[in-house]
Amino acid sequence: MAKLDLSQKLAILSDAARYDASCASSGTTRRDSRDGKGLGSTEGSGICHAYAPDGRCISLLKILMTNFCIYDCAYCINRVSSNVQRARFSVDEVVQLTIEFYRRNYIEGLFLSSGIIQSPDKTMEDMLRIAKRLREVENFRGYIHLKTIPDAAPELIEQAGLYADRLSINVELPTDNSVKAFAPEKNPATIRKAMGDVKARKDVAGERSYTGKRGKRFVPAGQSTQMIVGADMSTDATILGQSTRLYSDYKLKRVYYSAFSPIPDAAAKLPMIKPPLVREHRLYQADWLLRFYGFAVDEITAARPDGNLDLEVDPKLAWALQNRAQFPVDVNRASKEMLLRIPGFGTRTVGRILSTRRHRRLRYDDLLRMGASLKKAQAFITAQDWSPGGLTDSEHLRARFAPPPEQLSLF
Amino acid sequence: MYTVPLPRIGTDVAWRDAAKRLIGAGVSPEDILWDFDNEMGELFATATTLPPLTRRIKAPQSFVQMADWVVWHKDPQRFARLYALLWRLRHQPGLMQDRADKDLAKLRHMEKGVHRCKHKMKAFVRFRDLRQGGERRSFAAWFEPTHHTVEPTAPFFARRFADMDWMIATPDVTAQFVDGNLSFHPGQPKPDLPEDAAEALWGTYFCNIFNPARLKVSAMTSEMPKKYWKNLPEAQHIQGLIAGAEAKVQQMRDNAPTLPPERAAKIKRQLRDD
Ligand code: SF4
Repeated sequence: MAKLDLSQKLAILSDAARYDASCASSGTTRRDSRDGKGLGSTEGSGICHAYAPDGRCISLLKILMTNFCIYDCAYCINRVSSNVQRARFSVDEVVQLTIEFYRRNYIEGLFLSSGIIQSPDKTMEDMLRIAKRLREVENFRGYIHLKTIPDAAPELIEQAGLYADRLSINVELPTDNSVKAFAPEKNPATIRKAMGDVKARKDVAGERSYTGKRGKRFVPAGQSTQMIVGADMSTDATILGQSTRLYSDYKLKRVYYSAFSPIPDAAAKLPMIKPPLVREHRLYQADWLLRFYGFAVDEITAARPDGNLDLEVDPKLAWALQNRAQFPVDVNRASKEMLLRIPGFGTRTVGRILSTRRHRRLRYDDLLRMGASLKKAQAFITAQDWSPGGLTDSEHLRARFAPPPEQLSLF
Repeated sequence: MYTVPLPRIGTDVAWRDAAKRLIGAGVSPEDILWDFDNEMGELFATATTLPPLTRRIKAPQSFVQMADWVVWHKDPQRFARLYALLWRLRHQPGLMQDRADKDLAKLRHMEKGVHRCKHKMKAFVRFRDLRQGGERRSFAAWFEPTHHTVEPTAPFFARRFADMDWMIATPDVTAQFVDGNLSFHPGQPKPDLPEDAAEALWGTYFCNIFNPARLKVSAMTSEMPKKYWKNLPEAQHIQGLIAGAEAKVQQMRDNAPTLPPERAAKIKRQLRDD
């Protein structure tokens, strides 16, 4: 096999990394390089430096260290049984790419993951060498996200947390049975233990010792995980139940949902379907409602008997349509909790309503002027000069929002 | 009638100083002409001496913060609009919380525009290596901002790229950072920057991180509007990626599942025996 040049390796190893949905670079400590001795800064919210034609944000250099892998996860392009072309970066190559891309303002930092080579420990050690070089030799102060190998020794994961802003371990699939079926070498219990270790270590770092000093900075941007959606038969209720547990048990910053997407050289046991992008989108919306809008899982998934979210309308609207007796809501009087349940109103709009109604009784135009979106909300609210009349209870209300049925085509 | 000249560089400080003096002297909004960078021309070239600052002027913190953004907007009415609101705030101290007020809503909208422009500048400036040798490396970029955002955004680049020299040239204002010192200069035409081999690698990354099975062009253009494309080296690949996406996905579907490579069985056996 001819030796691959840097550009060929980059092509193979970024292609292999694109199935990881996360590219976030926010929520870490504030750092800069004003002392002139290093490179980089992080300031709270991350930056998307470009967008690919799939609409996804490109914030980090997201690559695999290598796509050689000894495991055989059916959904993965890098599994041992796939015929995809293999490549491996040297430590130096990853470090140089990161630094040179960063200096040109292409990226916020590095998101490094890897196939498993030889052993989980060996893989993790190699990844650590890259992170260490970046931090200690190059004085790199930008963002580093490391995908940890759950089976690696706890000391290695611990060390990773000292270099990285974020660690992630993918639970991969929504149930233990699916993991067993599709990722035979992975063990859900080990994955959970690794997430538990990271959480425990981070809790310790956050505490002050008796001298008042804080522990060493440990994954300041927290940990996240990813679940593949649509590869197995799990329902949305199962998926959201799993996320809720993950958020509360391991204090995860984010659960990412990744619509299963056809891969080159796919395993025969998986569907070569169109990725269920709408379903993925609805899961993100539901996830948001659970975390920031005071909804419970069963409220969101009760709308349909099959335990899946309505694909045609968003989950908040679906809930409101099911619970019409609670509407219309008076925007001049309602509690914050109830305002948050109005379809179309976000947390920002609700905040503005609460502050503005101390000054005046809100009219329809006032809501528009403060940036509220009324397309959906108007059927569910009353204001000083606005009442939805029979709209709230109208039989046709759902049809106003659901997309028209797909056109029939000749065959 | 007061004619108040405001410079292109240092607009924020100049406007705030003038506004404080004028409000302190009770000058009403109709009696002020704000002249940004001599745009009014000869006719109004005579600046009026501003009233002295005789007392401490107070304004809500939220107004001061908003004004710090809005002064960089490209709308010629920005200074007058800000002053008019400041004038009303004298008797309506709670006005800033009233999101439904028309004047405030307009200013908040302008603030958002500047916010977005600043954010896009942080994201879309692309440096090229000038390969000048010397102890510090040096880079330069050409950028075309929508509003006057070079000055408020440059400190971000100074915090981030402190160990190198850099220049961001724009038609509006050019920022330079040399040996740790940040300075601003008049805008300029697009300079000739040397080719940079890293751009080809960056293009390779851009093409391969894209998943053709998830094509969603509108989501891309809403965040990366076309007006920025001409200064983004990766954007030259976009048309080709969109055009080829369907065929790539079809090919994945058509390819029958292959047989695993020989080494797979061996590795699996080893894993089981461990
Ligand atoms: S461990 Fe599984 S998911 Fe990870 S690279 Fe290997 S085959 Fe893919």
